[in-house]
Amino acid sequence: MDFDLMFTSFPKLLGATVVTLKLLSASLFFGLIIGLFFAILRLNKNIFINKFSYGYSYLFRGTPLLVQIFIIYFGLGQIEYLRATFLWVILKEPYWCAIIAFTLNTGAYTSEILRSAFQTIKPGIIEAGKSLGIPSKIIFYKIQIPIAIRQSLPAYGNEIILMMKGTSLASTVTLMDLTGVAKYIISTTFKPIEVFIVAGGIYLFMTFIIHNVIKFLEKKYSFNS
Amino acid sequence: MELLAFGKTGWGDELFYATLMTIAVSVTAMFIGFFFALIFTPLKLSKFKSLNLIGNFYTTVIRGVPELLVIYLFFFGGSGAIMYVASIFGYFEYIEINAFITGSMAIGIISGAYSTEVFRGAIQSIDKGQFEAAKVLGINKFTQFYKIILPQMLRLAIPNLSNVWQITLKDTSLISVTGLVEIMRQSYIAAGSTRDPLFFYCFAAILYLMLTYISMKIINRLEIKYSRGY
Repeated sequence: MDFDLMFTSFPKLLGATVVTLKLLSASLFFGLIIGLFFAILRLNKNIFINKFSYGYSYLFRGTPLLVQIFIIYFGLGQIEYLRATFLWVILKEPYWCAIIAFTLNTGAYTSEILRSAFQTIKPGIIEAGKSLGIPSKIIFYKIQIPIAIRQSLPAYGNEIILMMKGTSLASTVTLMDLTGVAKYIISTTFKPIEVFIVAGGIYLFMTFIIHNVIKFLEKKYSFNS
Repeated sequence: MELLAFGKTGWGDELFYATLMTIAVSVTAMFIGFFFALIFTPLKLSKFKSLNLIGNFYTTVIRGVPELLVIYLFFFGGSGAIMYVASIFGYFEYIEINAFITGSMAIGIISGAYSTEVFRGAIQSIDKGQFEAAKVLGINKFTQFYKIILPQMLRLAIPNLSNVWQITLKDTSLISVTGLVEIMRQSYIAAGSTRDPLFFYCFAAILYLMLTYISMKIINRLEIKYSRGY
């Protein structure tokens, strides 16, 4: 056991954690918006809109995240037309490519979580709102969405943890996130176990925090209290 | 389309073998995972606190740490660990482990953590009366597990195991970083030499979609088979 290496690599890894957290928060934020959008489309009665939303979530849940990042980072640059537009400013940066890939991926999972949450809302609640004369738009925003968010908290907590692990793939497109720096230190010192303990410990600590925050929110917004 | 031709001119046959490699790694990893799950599930369900702790440590650490980091640990640490064991027995030559073995070991340990959780949940949802009835009839623990608990547990576990299988299948794409030629690695090579990454990565995505689709169909059949009589 090389404790010296563990101490010296800790600040470096902690610095890289900032990159991981940035990637995570950006992709979760945009992913939640996209997920909500596609969940609402999924509940639409129009079969084309419905199938379109299903196709999106099937496509992104059925393929590995690594393929999605590679298509966006290596693949899209190949299209001549794209390189002429302003989109190229975003797509040439590995950082933004990673965020786009993570967003689309977590959006697909989030849309499934929210859809099942919307579908488990008892029709009686909506009917009660209707019979009180509340407009259906307000029923949706003030009744359905808050209940759906509460229902989906445990599953969404899992999704946050999965996404946190997913951000490690950013290291494959040259980004120096926590895993990227860990790999760099491992390949220069050839001490995989020590680095794994430190980097894994940081990841576990983040998992622990996310897990407890979600648990707290679940308790705060539980129906019984 | 000629890029996908079989033979020397196209990448069709290479990608076909790469797909077989992906399936082989996933199946091997899944079985390694079952093996780990069979060890750790009893530990998690045990009455002893210390055994519980070992079981919880395994599932918490593996499920809380990125898959890629675990693969790097095995990739860089695997041959070192084997050489250390070999040096105890007086063998000091360099040993290199096959990428297939390292990769399926790494993915297998990850999938094992998920399988352990699935088995634990399935066993816990079996009616307590089943255990008590077996005890009353004087059936020994081994027969009780294999003839009474396991068949009932499988029915409950199959839907969740299908999720584990999907996770395992998608995780195999990460082994490409170690150089094992599966779908992702082959697409990377093909994309590099033809300068057509968009086509090959999209084709890789289609291959993965096909694999997940086919396995879903097979699992649905298994589910019907094991839930007969319910």
